[in-house]
Amino acid sequence: MRPADILRFARVAATGYPLRTALSVLAMSIGVAAVVVLTALGDGARRYVVGQFASLGTNLVIVLPGKTGTGGFNPATAITSTPRDLTIDDAAALLRAPAVKRLAPLAVGTSEISYGGKLREGLVAGSTAQFLEVRNFELAQGRFLPDEDWHRGSAVAVIGAKIREEIFGPNAAVGQLVRIGDRRVRIVGVLKSSGQGLGMNTDELVIVPVALAQAMFNSNTLFRILVEAKSREAIPAAKAEVLEILKTRHQGEEDVTVITQDAVLATFDKLLGALTLGVAGIAAISLAVAGILVMNVMLVAVTQRTAEIGLLKALGATGRTIRLAFLAEAAMLSTVGAGVGYLLGHLGAFGVRLAFPVFPAYPPHWAVVAGLTTALATGLLFGVMPARRAARLDPVQALMKH
Amino acid sequence: MPLIELRGIERVFQLGDSTVHALSRLDLAIDVGEYVAVMGPSGSGKSTLLNLLGLLDRPDAGAYRLEGRDVTTLSPEEQAEVRSRRIGFVFQSFHLVPRLSAAENIALPMTLAGVPAKERAGRVARALQDFALENRADHRPDQLSGGQRQRVAIARATIMNPALILADEPTGNLDRHTGDEVVRLLEALNGRGVTIVVVTHDPTLGARARRQLVMEDGRLQHDSGKPA
Ligand SMILES: Nc1ncnc2c1ncn2[C@@H]1O[C@H](COP(=O)(O)OP(=O)(O)O)[C@@H](O)[C@H]1O
Ligand SMILES: [Mg+2]
Repeated sequence: MRPADILRFARVAATGYPLRTALSVLAMSIGVAAVVVLTALGDGARRYVVGQFASLGTNLVIVLPGKTGTGGFNPATAITSTPRDLTIDDAAALLRAPAVKRLAPLAVGTSEISYGGKLREGLVAGSTAQFLEVRNFELAQGRFLPDEDWHRGSAVAVIGAKIREEIFGPNAAVGQLVRIGDRRVRIVGVLKSSGQGLGMNTDELVIVPVALAQAMFNSNTLFRILVEAKSREAIPAAKAEVLEILKTRHQGEEDVTVITQDAVLATFDKLLGALTLGVAGIAAISLAVAGILVMNVMLVAVTQRTAEIGLLKALGATGRTIRLAFLAEAAMLSTVGAGVGYLLGHLGAFGVRLAFPVFPAYPPHWAVVAGLTTALATGLLFGVMPARRAARLDPVQALMKH
Repeated sequence: MPLIELRGIERVFQLGDSTVHALSRLDLAIDVGEYVAVMGPSGSGKSTLLNLLGLLDRPDAGAYRLEGRDVTTLSPEEQAEVRSRRIGFVFQSFHLVPRLSAAENIALPMTLAGVPAKERAGRVARALQDFALENRADHRPDQLSGGQRQRVAIARATIMNPALILADEPTGNLDRHTGDEVVRLLEALNGRGVTIVVVTHDPTLGARARRQLVMEDGRLQHDSGKPA
């Protein structure tokens, strides 16, 4: 029998029993759709987190005061249990490191912002002009902090979109004088709204020069130093140089922690990748179930068509032809099921993206390929047994079934 | 030269404790172009004989030579090939594939044998004409009368130009008039040289054949082709 004829014969046979065919196609499509949608969710979560990290800034190396994690017993910290301050001068010294592109010291605290009788609690971040580039901020109005001596601390501030909205409403914010704690500062710029992100929400942030923040909070230490390495490849070098410089400045004591965004990112990436894989595995079980259903449907088909199989043998069909015809039918059920499931899955992922626009719910290619192959493979695998049973039927017995 | 040569054929069925000798010590020779009717009471082994002749069944003992070739020792795939090229079946209950049209049912043996679609179409068109089924080509079996169904079945049995047509009570499900029509079709085929072996209960139909075999309890009780 010619391949085209086998396919046509199988198609006519499958469409001849619409309910049975629809059920197997449905089962198979639910399995494939589950793989597509669930992995889209898993991978979407991964991409979302990765994207959020990337929005913190690129090639970031973050310096924290104090030693955490590994590092053996240190007699210096054993005596003075409070870690040494991380100062503005420390930050400035890091600019010497060859692998460092730019950096921004960061001091944070909360304070009250008041204007025209309106009072609001807000997070105040003290930093420098480079903070804008390091964190990939965008300005909606005005300009950012002036590029001045880091110790100077002009009385200016840049505010987040939500703060601006709440305090100034429809009125212009740039140029206005507001009170932050006990200081009067002038608003020079407003950040573009960025929506909810990881860490601090920039929409509710007030950014002032780092020296001003330290004076407000009466502290000499920095909360972080955000260092941007020259490139992705330069991150390890930047980390080593930063550690080396700070160690020298701190009398040979390694009393800071340096984390790279890459390491954090890689951990999340791995974690969420594993989650996606697990979810795909669970969805694949539904594919196996669908395969078993296809097998049963085909076994029923063999029983229902016993007389026909006998006839085909009488008309000269070989066992091989009959095996192929039934296998083709099983493959067809799974192929159509897989195709419908693929479309349903993409529709589902599209629905998720419509409902949650920030969530990049795209199924990963590997999952789509794996889902489709599993569907076809199970369909064929579970089609083999019924096909062989059909091919082995005794023609005389089969013909008598009527 | 005999088309069919059976020698010492035995076919035994085990039914629980009892053994049924459906065919026993059967010797038979049928020449090319013969028209043979097989008669006898129900259960006498007529269908078993026909299945054996059609290579749907194997004897437990004895030799079967078809066109001079021992076919009992062939592999199942080789036997399928012989059925495909040399033998046509006509059944009492027509055995058409319900979801295929009349034309597709007629084409089925060619489809199974891998005949190209173009050649199939030509041969089916001719067969539809020969059996007066031109305007029934696209009808499915349930849209056909009994006589039309059996005409489709005969067209299907002849489409591969077999040497031998085996018909097991082909008129059993038809009224007398349509039954006669079907028999005339078979006789016309015989007139063109095709060997016909037909099982029938109907003595008048049996009498129309040039040779009558009468079976009883698995044995050939009477053979008009040989002096008794
Ligand atoms: N597959 C089978 N299993 C058991 N017994 C069978 C089988 N086929 C036929 N027989 C028995 O063999 C005998 C001959 O049957 P069959 O050839 O069908 O008779 P007929 O066609 O002349 O009516 C009967 O007794 C029948 O019961
Ligand atoms: Mg019978």
